[in-house]
Amino acid sequence: MSGLLDGKRLLITGVITDGSIAFHAAKIAQEQGATVVLTGFGRLSLVERIAKRLPVPAPVIELDVTKQEHLDGLADKVREHVDGLDGVLHSIGYANPETCLGAPFVDAPWGDVGPALHVSTYSYASLAKSVLPLLGAGSSIIGMDFDARVAWPSYNWMGVAKAGLESVNRYLARDLGPHGIRVNLVNAGPLKTMAAKSIPGFGELEGGWNDRAPLGWDATDPTPVAKSICALFSDWLPATTGSVIMVDGGVHGTGQ
Amino acid sequence: MAENKLSNEEVLEGLAKIVEEVAGVSADEVTAEKSFVDDLDIDSLSMVEIAVQAEDQFGVKIPDDELANLKTVGDAVNYVSSNAA
Repeated sequence: MSGLLDGKRLLITGVITDGSIAFHAAKIAQEQGATVVLTGFGRLSLVERIAKRLPVPAPVIELDVTKQEHLDGLADKVREHVDGLDGVLHSIGYANPETCLGAPFVDAPWGDVGPALHVSTYSYASLAKSVLPLLGAGSSIIGMDFDARVAWPSYNWMGVAKAGLESVNRYLARDLGPHGIRVNLVNAGPLKTMAAKSIPGFGELEGGWNDRAPLGWDATDPTPVAKSICALFSDWLPATTGSVIMVDGGVHGTGQ
Repeated sequence: MAENKLSNEEVLEGLAKIVEEVAGVSADEVTAEKSFVDDLDIDSLSMVEIAVQAEDQFGVKIPDDELANLKTVGDAVNYVSSNAA
C-alpha cells in the first residue's frame, strides 16, 4: 500500500485523549505509512493507554517542555525508536484557566502569564532546537495555532501566546530554511478537545462558527485538521514555510 | 449472553480499583452515592483517565458528553453495566 507519508518518521506531542488533535494526526499519519513516536506530559499512564488505541501502538516519551533535562534528553530518547525524524508536531499549550482565560484580561498576574508563554510559545522554539540533530532536509515542523490577529471572547492570554507562536514560527522558518526544514502552523477552527473544555466560554468561541464558515464546521470532528497536518508532513508543500495554514472552514476570510 | 453480563457489584468493585489506582482514593471510599468531584475530589483529567481505563476493562465506550453526566459512582456503575459489551 502506498501512502502519503510512507517511510516518514514523526514525533507527535500533545496526545492526552483519543479526542486530541494530535491523536487524530498520529492516526492518519500511521494510516498513510508513517512511523509515529509520541511524547506525553503529566499523565503518562493515560497517554500510554491512549497510544495503544492507535492503528499501530506508539511508544511514548515523557516530555515536560518546562524541564530542560527533558528537552536535552529528547533526541537520544527518540533515537531509541527511530534513527531520525522527518517531522515534528508541536501541539502543546497551557494557560491557567482561572486567571488567563475568561477572567478580566488585565487582571492576569505575570506569575500565570509567564508560564503560559513558556509552555505555549517558547516551547515551540525549544522543542525544535532539541530535535534539530534528528531533522534532515525536507523535514517539517508544525505547530497548532488559533488566529491571533484578532481578540476573541475568553481566549485572552492564550491569544497573546498564539500571537507569539506565530512570530516564533516565522523566526524558526527563517533560521531552519537553510537546513531545508519547513516550519508552519496549522490554524484550526474550534474543536471540542480536552484542552478546549478547560477554556471557560469555549461555547462563545465555537458558537456560530458553523454558520460563518463557507465550508461549514464540525467542532466535534478533528479529521480535517489532522489531514491538513499530514499534508504539511508530506512532500507536497515543499516550498511552504513560515506560513499559517488556515483550517477553519473559511471563517478567517469572512467579515462576520 | 445474559450470564456474561456484568453485575453492578462486579462493576463497582472494578471501578473502585481503577479510581484507587488513578486518583489514590482508597477503594473502600468508592461507593455508589459518592460524587466523583464533590466527595472524592477527582479532577477532570483523572476522570478522563478513569473513563479510559473503564472503557478498556469493561469493553464499553464512554463518550465525553456522557462522561460529563456521570456525577456519582452509582451513575458510572449504571452506565457501564447497561452499556458493557
